[in-house]
Amino acid sequence: MTPSSQNFRSAQFRLPSWMAWFTLLMFGFMYLPIAVLAFYSFNDSRYSTGWKGFTWKWYESFLNDSRILTALANSILVAGFAVAIAAVVGTLMAVGLARYRFPGKQVYQSIAYLPLIIPDISMAVATLVFLAAVAIPFSGGLIQLGLGTIIAAHVVFCLSYIAIVVSTRINALNPHLEEAALDLGATPVQAFIQVLLPELMPAIVSGCLLAFVLSLDDFLISSFTTGGGVKTLPIEIFGRIRTGVKPDINALSVILITATGFLFAVAEYLRYRTEQKRFKD
Amino acid sequence: MTADSSRPSPKPTTKAPPKWLEPLVLLLPAGVWLLLLLVIPTLLIFELSLVPAIRPGQVVNPSGLENYFRLLQPDYLPVLGRSLFFSLSTTILTLLLGFPVAYWIALKIPKQWQNLVLLSFVLPLWTSSLLRSYAWITILRPTGVMNTALNLLKLPSLDILNREPAVLIGMTYSLLPYMVLILYAALEKLDRRLLEAAADLGATPSQAFWQITVPQSFTGIAAGALLVFITGMGDFVNPELLGGASSMTVARLIYNQFLGVTQNWGFGSALSMLLTLVVSIAIALLLKYGDRNAASGV
Repeated sequence: MTPSSQNFRSAQFRLPSWMAWFTLLMFGFMYLPIAVLAFYSFNDSRYSTGWKGFTWKWYESFLNDSRILTALANSILVAGFAVAIAAVVGTLMAVGLARYRFPGKQVYQSIAYLPLIIPDISMAVATLVFLAAVAIPFSGGLIQLGLGTIIAAHVVFCLSYIAIVVSTRINALNPHLEEAALDLGATPVQAFIQVLLPELMPAIVSGCLLAFVLSLDDFLISSFTTGGGVKTLPIEIFGRIRTGVKPDINALSVILITATGFLFAVAEYLRYRTEQKRFKD
Repeated sequence: MTADSSRPSPKPTTKAPPKWLEPLVLLLPAGVWLLLLLVIPTLLIFELSLVPAIRPGQVVNPSGLENYFRLLQPDYLPVLGRSLFFSLSTTILTLLLGFPVAYWIALKIPKQWQNLVLLSFVLPLWTSSLLRSYAWITILRPTGVMNTALNLLKLPSLDILNREPAVLIGMTYSLLPYMVLILYAALEKLDRRLLEAAADLGATPSQAFWQITVPQSFTGIAAGALLVFITGMGDFVNPELLGGASSMTVARLIYNQFLGVTQNWGFGSALSMLLTLVVSIAIALLLKYGDRNAASGV
C-alpha cells in the first residue's frame, strides 16, 4: 500500500464506532459460558447460583472419580490411535492425489473429503449399520463393537482433515524439490522421507492436532460404534448432563479447556515458526 | 543444481520399482479405508432406507419408498421444518453477529495482530461442544445466571431453557466462530482503496458497504452461510440438551431410531438419506449461484 493511500484512509474512510463495541460484546458472548463454568468450578455450593466461598473440592472429587478418568483415558487412546493411523494414511493420500492423474480421480477425491461436509449423525448411523450387518457377522465375531471400532470410525474423518491441511501445504511447495533429489540419485523412498516429509511436517502436525481435538470432542460417531460398556469422555459427560450434573463436571470443563487451549497455543506457535522460516527462505 | 549435469546418471540399471507401485502405496490404504467405512456403509443405509420397519436382526428385504412417504406425514413434516428453521435462523444470526466482528478485525486491527485477535475469538471452539451446551444450561435455567442477573436489574425472569430460543442461542454460539473465520478470510482480501475511492467520490458509508464491501466479499458470505447451514442441519447436541422434548429435529429423530426407544432402522436410514440430500442441495446451490471462479478455486 502506498503512503498516499494511507493518508486517504485516515482522512476519508472510517468504520462506524459501534463496531468496536459490538466486537467487544461478541468477545464477551464467546467467553461467557467458559467464565461461568470456571466460576462454578470453584464455588463451594452444589445448587446455589450465588458465590458461597472458594473450594478445590470439585477438582478433588473429579480426580477421585474413576469412571470419568477411565473415560478420559479411553478418549485419549482413541484419539491417539486414530490420529496416528490417519496421519500416515492421510498424508500418503494427499501426496498421491497431488501427484497422479488417473481415471476416477474426481470420484476418489470427492469421497475422500466427504466427511468434512456430511453430518456426523449420517456417518455414525452408516458405520453402525455396516458394523452390525457386515463386519461383525462376516468376521465370525472376530470384530466386536468397542474401542477398536471407535478408532476405525474416527480414522475416517481424521483422515480427511489431515489430508486437506497437508494438501494445501503441498500446493504451496516447490514441485522441483523432489525431482532434484531424484536427479541427484535418491531413491523415491529416500526422496519422500528426506525431502518431502520434512517440508510437509508442519502441516501434518497441525492437521493432527486438529484431528485430535475433533476426535476427543466426538460424541455421535463414538456412541454409535461403541459397545460392551466402553465409554469415551463425551459419552460419559452426555450421560451425566442428562441425569443431572454435579459441579465436578465444571472442574473437568476447566481442566479440558485449559488443556485444549494449551494444545492450541502449541499448534499456533508451530505454525508461526514455520511461517517465519518460510519468509526467511 | 549444476552438480547433476557433471555427475554420471545414477545407476540406471538397478531394478526400478514398477510404475504402478508408487500410486498404489500412496492411494490404496486410504482408498480401502474409505471404501469399507464410508462408501459401503452409505450404500447400505440407502438399501436399508427402502425397507419399512426393520429392526436389528431382521432380514433386509427392500420393498419400496414407504419410509420416504412416512416423512411426509403430519407427525414428521414439522420435524424437518423445525430443522430447517433452526439452521436458517442460525445462519442469519451468525451472519448478522459475525460480519461486524470480522470486518472490524480485518480493517481496524494492525496486520501483525490480526491472527492473534482472530484466534482468541475462536478459541472457545476448541473446547468440548457438550460442555459448552452444558454451560448454556447453567446460564439459561430458571434459577441460572441469566435470571439472577435479570432479577438484580428488577426485570422479569425469562423461561427459555428447553424451548426454541435456547436452541438458537446454543447453535449460534457454536457456529459463530466458523462464520467469523470464513468472513475474515474474505474481508481481509478486500481492496481498501476501493472503499477510500468511494468515500472520496462522496459515497455514504452505507452506500460503500452495500456497493463495494458486500459484492467483494460475497464468496465468503456464501461459503460461511453454507457451512453454518449444513453444520446446523446435522447438529444434535444443542437441540438435544437445550431444546427439551418440544424441539425435535431430524438429527435427534435419527438418533432415536437407532439408539433410542423407537428402534426403526429403516425409517432412520431414510431420515439420514434425507439429511444428506438437503446438505447436498445446499452445496449444489453454492456451486451454481455462488461466485463460480471462487467456488472452483476453493
